Amino acid sequence: MGMFTTFEVAGSALTAQSVRLNAVASNMANADSVIGSDGKPYRARQVVFAATPMGSAAAQGVRVTQVVEDSSPPRLVYDPRDPAANERGYVEMPNVNVVEEMTNMISAARAYQTNAEVMNTAKQLLLKTLSIGQ
Amino acid sequence: MLSKLDRNFQFQQQALGLRAMRQQVLAGNIANADTPHFKARDFDFVAALGSALAGRGVGALPLTMTAAGHLAGDPRQAPPSLSYRVPMQPSADGNTVEMDVEGAQLAANSIRYEAGLGFITGKIRTLMTALQGQ
Repeated sequence: MGMFTTFEVAGSALTAQSVRLNAVASNMANADSVIGSDGKPYRARQVVFAATPMGSAAAQGVRVTQVVEDSSPPRLVYDPRDPAANERGYVEMPNVNVVEEMTNMISAARAYQTNAEVMNTAKQLLLKTLSIGQ
Repeated sequence: MLSKLDRNFQFQQQALGLRAMRQQVLAGNIANADTPHFKARDFDFVAALGSALAGRGVGALPLTMTAAGHLAGDPRQAPPSLSYRVPMQPSADGNTVEMDVEGAQLAANSIRYEAGLGFITGKIRTLMTALQGQ
């Protein structure tokens, strides 16, 4: 059934974009977390998208293949009074780029909206198909 | 008699099937708007409908039958072959999905699908009028 696959495709995009939005939320919340769960400064997380066939080869959905940690160096802030400061007085802060995260968030939100719209259109078309001949 | 009815609807049926298929492909493009290296795809609707009506799948080769017991298969079931869209502004990550193009195509395709539904309903009404003789 052609139109039902459209639901799956748009649905996979909704899931993927919400995972991305979750990663952005995590990065923004921890933008100043000097100590992460492993005792080191928090590292920004980024999701990796990949196209994946859904039912037929023509319908390509999307899925999150992995969540990677940003390998860029931590931001150094000079604050000798901080207990986490090293012997030279610098504190290693998370490598979260707040501006980048904001644009990422807007992009994810817009993509989510668009795919919800695609789903809505498919739903309307299916409902109309049900009333053929009436 | 039934085959005549069937033939009467065949054109619209094929057209609707291909429209639903195209909706699937366009939804896949929109879902993968943020997937690196994803190439936007589409198919030529007119060519696909022409081949489907002529009883052959687009770009599909007929099955070779070497024994009397072999089944011919239905080439009309073969999905149309997809081609890649040429982007106006390719992005650095190798993705060729352009949201404006895909959105416009999706909207146009939905309207044409609805038009197809309208034509079928009209045909059914005509037949009903002929059957009732009023």
